[in-house]
Amino acid sequence: MSAFSSEIKQSFLKSKLGLIGIGILVLLILLSVFTFVFVPLDTYKQWNNPASWTSFPRSAQPSWVNFFSEKKIPEHQIFDNPQIILQQKGLTLTVLERFETDYEFDYFPNDFIFQYVAKYENSPLLQIDVIRPDGKTLRLVSMSLPESDGMSAYSDKIFSTNDAIKKNLLLQSSQYSYQIDKIPSKEIIFSKSDSHEVLKGSYVFLVKLIGVDSQNTISDSSLILGGKVFGLVGTDELRRDLSIGLMWGTPIALFIGIVVSIGSVVAGLVFGVYAGYKGGKTDESMMRFNDIIYALPALPFLIILSVTTSNSIFLLIGFLMIFGWVGVAKVSRSMALQIKTRQFVDAAKTMGQKDSKIIFRHIIPQILPYALASIAISVPAAITTEAGLSFLGLGDPTFPTWGQILHDAKAYGAAARGLWWWILPPGIMIALTGLAFVFIGNSLETVANPKLRR
Amino acid sequence: MGLKRYFAIRATILFGVLIATLLLTILLVGSNMDAIMKKGVAVQVRSEIVENKALSSSFQSVEDLDLYVQNQIEQRTKNLGLDTPWYSPNRIGLSMYKILVLDFGHATFLTSDNGSTAVSDIILEKLPRTILLFTTATIIISLIGIFVGAASGSNIHSKLDKVTSSFAIISSSFPVWWVGLIMIFTFSFSYNLFPARATPLVAPTDPGYIGALLYHMTLPLITIVLIGFGTWAYLVRNFMVGVMHEDFIFVKKAIGIKQNKIVFGSALKNSAPPIVTILALSLSGSLGGAIITEAVFDWPGMGRLYFEAINVMDLPVIIGATYVLTAFFLVSIFVADLLYGYLDPRIRTI
Repeated sequence: MSAFSSEIKQSFLKSKLGLIGIGILVLLILLSVFTFVFVPLDTYKQWNNPASWTSFPRSAQPSWVNFFSEKKIPEHQIFDNPQIILQQKGLTLTVLERFETDYEFDYFPNDFIFQYVAKYENSPLLQIDVIRPDGKTLRLVSMSLPESDGMSAYSDKIFSTNDAIKKNLLLQSSQYSYQIDKIPSKEIIFSKSDSHEVLKGSYVFLVKLIGVDSQNTISDSSLILGGKVFGLVGTDELRRDLSIGLMWGTPIALFIGIVVSIGSVVAGLVFGVYAGYKGGKTDESMMRFNDIIYALPALPFLIILSVTTSNSIFLLIGFLMIFGWVGVAKVSRSMALQIKTRQFVDAAKTMGQKDSKIIFRHIIPQILPYALASIAISVPAAITTEAGLSFLGLGDPTFPTWGQILHDAKAYGAAARGLWWWILPPGIMIALTGLAFVFIGNSLETVANPKLRR
Repeated sequence: MGLKRYFAIRATILFGVLIATLLLTILLVGSNMDAIMKKGVAVQVRSEIVENKALSSSFQSVEDLDLYVQNQIEQRTKNLGLDTPWYSPNRIGLSMYKILVLDFGHATFLTSDNGSTAVSDIILEKLPRTILLFTTATIIISLIGIFVGAASGSNIHSKLDKVTSSFAIISSSFPVWWVGLIMIFTFSFSYNLFPARATPLVAPTDPGYIGALLYHMTLPLITIVLIGFGTWAYLVRNFMVGVMHEDFIFVKKAIGIKQNKIVFGSALKNSAPPIVTILALSLSGSLGGAIITEAVFDWPGMGRLYFEAINVMDLPVIIGATYVLTAFFLVSIFVADLLYGYLDPRIRTI
């Protein structure tokens, strides 16, 4: 057996495709590990909860598209780590937060949002100023927060479409040499003072909370500068960061594929070998049972099952195994039929070894290379079947999978609207995973079946 | 074992498999079927009372009405045999008998294009469309596949062989429906060459319907062939590789018979049995269409019927379609067996 495995190893290492397959697989496994370690576990639980994705842009392209275009599309930026300065003047305490950004894009931002939680008593004053690259300072907001007697927490979001901002800007219209009353505030702030064009450079947003005789604080504040490109893969219509979905999809797909293929190949192997070895009536009845499963239309049954029982991913894995072992059982039975006529099996029998021992010690090791190859080859089918079911909307909603991302893409008409970054990456991931296992399986098969080597 | 006896036994076994499949389907959906039918009875009784003014005004009080409704429902469920549980042998036997004689009953929600609710009408309407798309595609795929596979299998390690093998491996890892999405994205929306939805907009009675259907079928057809033929070519190639190393081929080569004649004559003939088997199986498989591919292209065939039926839990349609598809599949297994026995005399001795 050990001579066997070393022989397999040697011929396997000679095949280039097999090594490429191993390489891709290692990359995918590394990606899964990276996801588990660095991506917060919460992101996959919140995947189908639109409320947790509000600070992301809607249908933003991947940010690397800027490399290929002359005009730079504004990137969606979230600043949640401001510099905080406390200023005490007599009885007045000013909490100052400073956000700084380099705006080097050729278009105006989509919008901006400032969200914060303020803890205060009485009624402090909230001011937001922006210092522009041309040295001008614009006051955006100046308002007092709702009166409160004791210490209380108040959370709010200020949007760029806020009327107060527009009013404040109109008051400062003398800073501009043209009419600004028809222009939305987000464009006024970021445009040159002599023409309606983007002013590039460093912008500083200052948020001040001014209170008298108190210990006011601002926490959890963030400034979101809405753009049209975001991250490595962009976002979808529900504002979800697609890269997170794709990353979580990797371990799930690998898990489904590997568990289903190992389970069904092992089951098929044992079933087929036992039937072939026993022969006679046992063989006949076991093969008829095999025929029944073989004749069942798999995909329709999977759909019926997931509709009538539940769409849990673990149940689905079980169902996929039920439909997966049939082919392996047929082939390993015919292999067992050949092997059992060999002399060493006869020898073992005359020595009085138990059937189970003969099967596991003498017959199955002979078929092992074939079994390994079929495990690798049947992984892609399991992954694509799961993806297909998810694509039809029958997936397990507690896990983000590649198929579900594609389902959402179809549901929101991504193809019609040209949202290519929503359709391409999940399919490429599915294909890449499949390819890795097909490569590995094919080169294992060449090893297991020398006929193909010629 | 004689050939006739062998096939008789095969036929019996396959019929048994058909019955088992049918039983399994009924067991899977039976409990839902019961609930839906009982609900249907209750709705029917109530709507009758609402429609029949004389009847509804004859009740003295609300209790009277309730009692009447209760009695009616009980009586009707008894008449329909719904009072015994769905898993009682009587009811399962009855529904199996009905389906065996092709009486599929009426769909609960779905209808055919001309409004018929009979399940057999619906299936008869969808089946030709699926045959038009998927069987055509299968035939094209197998023709290209056999040709390319034979050419590359007779000349391994040539450029053609390498291209075919790698294309087969790569194309088999892409899900067809995803490639379909990409094709729609590219050819329907970016270049506007083909319609995105494969359902023709003109009415089936229109004389231009067939033309519209063919036009709408181009994009799915290209997609299916593109993704499918590589696997076929690879299979045929592998059979050919085996045959090309047989002694008789070497002899023919030695005599000086032309390579092409050897490949497409004797060698292909010798690898025919497995190829014919696969052809028979994939032709029958094509009748079921492909649920997901049809959903992507919105092709109005068996696959989409199945999907719609499952979505609204239209059980008579689900059972009917499963039965028809399984029956086709089993018949094709049988035909493949027959052909194999005919083409490869060795099998008869088993």
